[in-house]
Amino acid sequence: MSAQTAQWQDVAPLLQVRELSKFYAPGKGCGDIDFDLYPGEVLGIVGESGSGKSTLLNVLSARLAPDAGQVIYQSEQFGELDLYACDEAQRRVLMRSEWGIVHQHARDGLRMNVSAGANIGERLMAVGERHYGNIRERAQAWLEAVEIDSSRIDDRPSQFSGGMQQRLQIARNLVTHPQLIFMDEPTGGLDVSVQAKLLDMLRGLVAELGLSVIIVTHDLAVARLLAHRLMVMRRGQVVESGLTDQVLDDPQHPYTQLLVSSILQN
Amino acid sequence: MSEVATGYNFAYLDEQSKRMIRRALLKAVAIPGFQVPFGGREMPLPHGWGTGGMQVTASVIGQQDTLKVIDQGADDTTNAVSIRRFFARTAGVATTEETAAADLIQTRHRIPETPLRNGQILIYQVPTPEPLRFIEPRDSETIKMHALREYGAMQVKLYEDVARFGHIATSYDYPVMVNRRYMMSPSPIPKFDNPKMDRMPALQLFGAGFEKRIYAVPPYTQVTSLDFDDHPFEVQSWEESCAICAAQDSFLDEVITDDAGSRMFVCSDTDYCRQRVAQQEANP
Repeated sequence: MSAQTAQWQDVAPLLQVRELSKFYAPGKGCGDIDFDLYPGEVLGIVGESGSGKSTLLNVLSARLAPDAGQVIYQSEQFGELDLYACDEAQRRVLMRSEWGIVHQHARDGLRMNVSAGANIGERLMAVGERHYGNIRERAQAWLEAVEIDSSRIDDRPSQFSGGMQQRLQIARNLVTHPQLIFMDEPTGGLDVSVQAKLLDMLRGLVAELGLSVIIVTHDLAVARLLAHRLMVMRRGQVVESGLTDQVLDDPQHPYTQLLVSSILQN
Repeated sequence: MSEVATGYNFAYLDEQSKRMIRRALLKAVAIPGFQVPFGGREMPLPHGWGTGGMQVTASVIGQQDTLKVIDQGADDTTNAVSIRRFFARTAGVATTEETAAADLIQTRHRIPETPLRNGQILIYQVPTPEPLRFIEPRDSETIKMHALREYGAMQVKLYEDVARFGHIATSYDYPVMVNRRYMMSPSPIPKFDNPKMDRMPALQLFGAGFEKRIYAVPPYTQVTSLDFDDHPFEVQSWEESCAICAAQDSFLDEVITDDAGSRMFVCSDTDYCRQRVAQQEANP
């Protein structure tokens, strides 16, 4: 871990978050968020429900304007970009090229009325691909990469199981080779064996493609398996942050201690 | 010919409404392919029967103009006959079935086979003006997609066609790009007619009464149909020719003639067919 940390410090952060806050009402939302995310790093955000995790993720992924603060993103196409000071057109280009957003419910992230192939191909077409053969080929390759039988390319997502839908959603996001993926409870609502398979696949893809990921979860096992670094949130504030093993094995804040002790030990 | 009705303003609509519609039309012509909202008025027939096209016609028609109305290419179908009679009664204008003799042509689902000339106006009746509706149900989102020229998602529709049928099976209301800027629904004309829109010398106006949108393609504007590099845009073709006039270059309707499965193919453009027959009789 320490070698990796040293490596991160040599390069510019991918995402810089400065004094970010978004409150729907006093105490509801998230505030005073400060962190850097480096290329290739997986950051987990954990905390109980209502602690502002999803709000923070929405603000980071340019889907919800903050009340105050800055999110600065190092873009391949545009250079350094202040997300909420730049043009909306640029934000939307980022969302379909350099970013991926994996929703908790696959239905929110997929087009349910078109085939799996079209779901994966949509992003390619959105960034200008106009050759049907190429689109089809890449859709097939990505289906295989997420362990869906490529003969199901013309089936609609509604005919897929929950776990397959979730994997299809991931394939749809990764097809344009994004740098940064936002995930909101990607394993929520899946049974344990499917969760394990999905996590295994995600871990492989993250390592293979060198993705940076911000993952929101309430499941500490997921966080331990995927995240390099953790931020623990409570009532809209970050109460503790650090390397995953450090936070989970030696929690400092009383709330983190409670959280860690609440999982079953085996 | 029916009598001119009294008690109505010229061409039924009041002058203020016409001015409002003309302002929308001017904006539409200035931004080819862009959908301009307008205050749609009630017309004395139900939405979906061509009220959008009628409001545009009522706003641009003059006393000296000659009007032609077609429905699926035919001058003698219910919708065409009633709209033509409506303007004959409320505006007292001359009407014709001959494409070349008309100043204004209101149409549902076809472009006449006879090439139009500069100075003529073609007015389309449009049910669904938003081409992106299939892929995006939210209006707030489609407006943004138009503004930012985000049309990649539209290819998804074509992709689905090729994946399911092996070719682009969309055969009517085939999406087009106008002037390389706005994506536009050409109204449910067959894709056979799409190439006619490209650099057409006549002005094309589109009125959607139900959704209260007006858009336009000025004369000589580039209109291209969407496609894939490896599945280029193609129009329909028939092995048969018209059973009445033997035309091989026109859009053919298949007509079932009895219960035993007999059928014939005839021109959908009745005026074109009639003219060809007259020509053949004159020079046997």
